Amino acid sequence: MASTTSRRAAYDQARKRRSIAVATVSSLIVVAAIVLLVPRMPRWDRVRQSFFNGERFRDSFPRLLDAFVLDVKIFAWSAPLILILAMLVAMARNSRSPALFPVRALTIAYTDIMRGVPIILWIYLIGFGVPGLGLDRPWNSPLLWGSVALILTYASYVAEVFRAGIESVHESQRAAARSLGLSNWQTMRFVVVPQAIRRVIPPLMNDLVSLQKDVALVSIIGPIEILRQAGIDKALFANFTPYIGAAVIFLCITIPLTRTTDYLVERERRRMTGTRVR
Amino acid sequence: MRKIVLALSISGALLLAACGGSSSSDTTGAAKLAAGSGNECTAGKTLSDGVLTIGTGSPAYGPWVSDDKPESKEGFEAAVAYAVAAELGYSDTNVKWVRTTFDEAIQPGKKSFDFNLQQYSITAERKKTVSFSDGYYTTNQAIVGLTDSAAKDATTLADIKKLKLGAQSGTTSLDYIANVIKPDTDPFVYDDNAGAKAALEANQIDAAIFDLPTALYVSAVEIEGSAVLGQFPTDATAKADEFGMVFDLDNPLVDCVNTALAAIKSSGVLEEITTTWLSSKAEIPVIK
Repeated sequence: MASTTSRRAAYDQARKRRSIAVATVSSLIVVAAIVLLVPRMPRWDRVRQSFFNGERFRDSFPRLLDAFVLDVKIFAWSAPLILILAMLVAMARNSRSPALFPVRALTIAYTDIMRGVPIILWIYLIGFGVPGLGLDRPWNSPLLWGSVALILTYASYVAEVFRAGIESVHESQRAAARSLGLSNWQTMRFVVVPQAIRRVIPPLMNDLVSLQKDVALVSIIGPIEILRQAGIDKALFANFTPYIGAAVIFLCITIPLTRTTDYLVERERRRMTGTRVR
Repeated sequence: MRKIVLALSISGALLLAACGGSSSSDTTGAAKLAAGSGNECTAGKTLSDGVLTIGTGSPAYGPWVSDDKPESKEGFEAAVAYAVAAELGYSDTNVKWVRTTFDEAIQPGKKSFDFNLQQYSITAERKKTVSFSDGYYTTNQAIVGLTDSAAKDATTLADIKKLKLGAQSGTTSLDYIANVIKPDTDPFVYDDNAGAKAALEANQIDAAIFDLPTALYVSAVEIEGSAVLGQFPTDATAKADEFGMVFDLDNPLVDCVNTALAAIKSSGVLEEITTTWLSSKAEIPVIK
């Protein structure tokens, strides 16, 4: 491509090489400092034994992977329900009809209360409390009610994200849609919500990543998922390495997820704003 | 303040002297030490000179420590701790209690206690991270269920396999479920007895597994309408569960404590404490 090397291009090349060199050297210094200094700390051997024990890691890892299947399942059935419920709540809250005032009041109360109370309480309350009312198996399953608790709390957070998105769509869009003869509902469905969702994808993915970790909270009412399995192994061997194993598995999911989000956001930005200033 | 402490330690020393001094030491070595602040074995090995710092749970619960007050000497482990302390030459006033969670006791950093006792089972794996004293109590596992539930008729291991079981996280009971009972469905695991209780009441589990003294305590005090349905035999397949005190790895104090434990075992003090604080296992049916 660059058959004719202009002075400008040569300058850019030189600058690029220089910044790569600087980045490499500074990274090497940081890594060297960690690698050389940390093992010189007096109790490094103990810490390594407790947190980075290869034998414990290999021993726990298959069990952790098995347990992680449950996390994935809870996530898989909770996430779509959270998105649906959250969208319904957000739309109800943005409704304009005076007759729907009680619905609006209800959704405000719902988001305030669900977000204001620690999620762990909801899991205890719904996971033990509702089945305690006398439901029979399998309808008293902690998995079922733990998921319900997760869905209800997370939907309140995500509803606020959706609401922010909906409110960020300029009023003129509604006005234009209505003047074209679209009904209130059609305006929402075809004009406002599609634009709103696109704008809130980054915070939405943020919530999904955090949901993926909070799924582990369901373990406090019984089910053995990955963090609980790691805790069991930790206690059994008096060693924290299983948590490192769990962290590795979580990272394998969350890093691709966040990189995908970044990609989606970038693509959206390019599409909306055209060329990029260099 | 300092005067009060001084007065206390003097009165503690006097008290100990009046009792004839429970420390078993040769007089020449002990003469260098203030009375009631350790024997020659422990000298220089404790966190703070002349004081024995003992860790327990947060909260500590019965029958191991009564009412979460170890300094009252009430409860099995509280009594054992004071008996060991006395054997090591510490007056009661020179015993200091600290609270730790399970994890704090096994973390790799410096410990906040000389030793910690909260029903830590001695295992070869754990010995790689912390040091243990010899055992001060040996237990077996037991099953707790509501007296009006499906679990009440389970008398054999085959019956119990079919039940939905629960246990507390980090206990050997859970290990026992996985390796010996091997139930048909995965057990549920809780952070504490409160979780197991709620799950029993919500009928999410049929029964919970605890070590026997805890089972007896939980069924009598914590979970209304429950009973210890049976105890598991300790045989070749099920290694006995032995509780030991936890120390920082390779703490030289371990030998002193082991000597003290041996002394209270041979003098019958440990047995006396056991019968005082832990109910008899005899009347609980054994699972076949």
